[in-house]
Amino acid sequence: MTGAGMTTSVNAELQELAESIFGDAASGDTGFDAALWRTLEETGLARLTLPAAAGGSEGTLEDSAVVLAAAGAHAARVPLVETDLVGGWLLHAAGVPLPDGPLTAAAGSLEVDGTTVRGQLRRVPWARAAAGVVVLTDAHVVLLDPGAVEVTEGTNVAEEPRDTVSVDGPAAAVAPAPEGAAAELRLRAALGRAQLLAGAARAALSASVRYAGERVQFGRPIAKFQAVQQQLALAAGEVAAASAAASAAARAAADTGFAAPSTRFAVAAAKSRTGEAAGAVARIAHQVHGAIGFTREHDLRLWTTRLWAWRDEDGSDADWNRELGATVLAAGPDGLWPLITG
Amino acid sequence: MAQDGRVTATVHRLPELVPPPTELPARTAALRADVRAFLAEERAAGRWTPRPDVWLSGWDERFSRELGRRGWLGMTIPKEYGGHGASALDRYVVTEELLAAGAPVAAHWIADRQIGPTLLRFGTEEQRQRFLPGIAKGEVYFGIGMSEPDAGSDLAGVRTKAERVDGGWELTGTKVWTSGAHRAHAFFALARTSPRDEKNRHAGLSQFIVLLDSPGVQIRPIPLLTGAHHFNEVVFDRVFVPDDMVLGEIGAGWKQVTSELAFERSGPERFLSTFPLLVALVGELAGTSGAEREVGGLVARLWTLRRMSLAVAGALESGEAPELAAAVVKELGTRYENEVIDVARLLVSIPPDPGAESGFARLLADAVLHAPGFTLRGGTNEVLRGIVARGLGLR
Repeated sequence: MTGAGMTTSVNAELQELAESIFGDAASGDTGFDAALWRTLEETGLARLTLPAAAGGSEGTLEDSAVVLAAAGAHAARVPLVETDLVGGWLLHAAGVPLPDGPLTAAAGSLEVDGTTVRGQLRRVPWARAAAGVVVLTDAHVVLLDPGAVEVTEGTNVAEEPRDTVSVDGPAAAVAPAPEGAAAELRLRAALGRAQLLAGAARAALSASVRYAGERVQFGRPIAKFQAVQQQLALAAGEVAAASAAASAAARAAADTGFAAPSTRFAVAAAKSRTGEAAGAVARIAHQVHGAIGFTREHDLRLWTTRLWAWRDEDGSDADWNRELGATVLAAGPDGLWPLITG
Repeated sequence: MAQDGRVTATVHRLPELVPPPTELPARTAALRADVRAFLAEERAAGRWTPRPDVWLSGWDERFSRELGRRGWLGMTIPKEYGGHGASALDRYVVTEELLAAGAPVAAHWIADRQIGPTLLRFGTEEQRQRFLPGIAKGEVYFGIGMSEPDAGSDLAGVRTKAERVDGGWELTGTKVWTSGAHRAHAFFALARTSPRDEKNRHAGLSQFIVLLDSPGVQIRPIPLLTGAHHFNEVVFDRVFVPDDMVLGEIGAGWKQVTSELAFERSGPERFLSTFPLLVALVGELAGTSGAEREVGGLVARLWTLRRMSLAVAGALESGEAPELAAAVVKELGTRYENEVIDVARLLVSIPPDPGAESGFARLLADAVLHAPGFTLRGGTNEVLRGIVARGLGLR
């Protein structure tokens, strides 16, 4: 009964591959996972959506959503969004050849004088591990060699690198910024982050369901108490909403591109909704786990700290809500429903 | 975490909480435009005023017949029964446009949403011929007779008794909360055809098509807290139902009733009941600043709920029965309907006014006064969360 193209079935083979790769690599360590990155390069997942000319696998944004959700679910310590969806895309769009290895990307202001650049970028993801730092300034795309910059280490609340990059010297490449690059960069970063959030939320729920089935109090597994069941059901609703929003936004971007107003709306709604879900799921997951989940020895923190970190990165739910609200209030009462139905 | 620092507790496989995204077929764009144009014309002519919760309270037989005339009822019913042989996604577009507009859909709602599909699935040829053409025309209206004074969330507690008599069954008992029974032509009654068995509580239930003008049927209003008459008590005193009005199989009532739940629970009526209030809120705030974040939050949640609901609709259309995902949509969606009220009343300093003709004050009043029903009807949110918990393997 299904008409062609009416529903997408998740790319099951790709999902299986991603689950297996990220699952094998999952650990409680911090810092860049070089072994995982090599595997991602060997399997073509590191540059999944990039064109072959940029060393990519020419996958779709929906393929990327599947892989990123798995990366989030296994707390993968690699700059996948930064390399594939943002940095690699930006370099290729600007006609700059991509260096090998993991990339990071940031939008910021640098003084650009010929090929000499100067300035500072804050909270750059994974800068210390990147083979190239891709920067979008007002007018330029700049590629910085890690050897030519000073990196001051910092982290987000999940202990993922968020470094300060200072540069005063030659860039590896400078090119004019493509039309609309700033808007698309924001959307790409938010879309990628939404997939990671959806994956991490799912994993936090999964860990909580498992724990509730194992932990015995008052003579039975705590999963048997309605009070616990109802909380986990609420978390499941949030996980479902996060997954649906993130997948639908990937579908919109894949179908109509980032310039379409309906894609902008979808990505904004998806980052908002995944961000909202993040807090609710983390709270319930910790409540169900009790004190052990609040310790360093337990894995739960790997997902909950990421949920807390990622909901505020690439635009918080509040930031994207403000943008959605402004769009809706500008459209007026008669414009609201057409915006929802896209 | 294991000794070597590897994560051990990661992937406990969860069930599918939401099906993959569904895009509406391109052909539906023209249909949507037609429905929108029609609704705009109706409103411009002042034929009705947008209201919240219209599928309970907006009874307008002229409007239902007009939809029928335009081919927008019984859309999924095959042509040989007077329907239009369209897909459930075409119907989805029509219903979401009607609900978003706050149009009066109550008269045909139950018949179009669940009686038609159930007759197609379980009804006899004669029953289909008899009822489906009228449903598609917007002329035949139905109710649902499931709840009883002692059987609400626990539907297996149904006591209405159907006793075998010559040529049929004799029903005795009481149904409650039956919306529209005082105006509908018939309803589906769930009754006990064999004594209750504590070991198999869902066995021995059967469904009957009961014409509401049958001798022995008494219909009494149960006014809502506003005094409005939508709910009824329907009392059967030895009501004769002929064999040809048994729906499906005797004894299979529970299976028949629950098989339709994914359809009932995931539709746009589970998150759009207060949408007309949201429209009025945007009307009040348009051109102002300061409320963007709150409005945006409502819109992000609404957009997501619609994507979830569409994903379930797409899965249903493919022949799946995603009951868990449907329960999730209803649980989140009906809470969202309440959130619209919570946010709207804090952003606009206009108190609810049930006496106002229209506008924000009236919509707020209607929404507030109807809100308790959102999270009760069709399975309370607590029951739905129990279903989700079972899906997660917790019970």
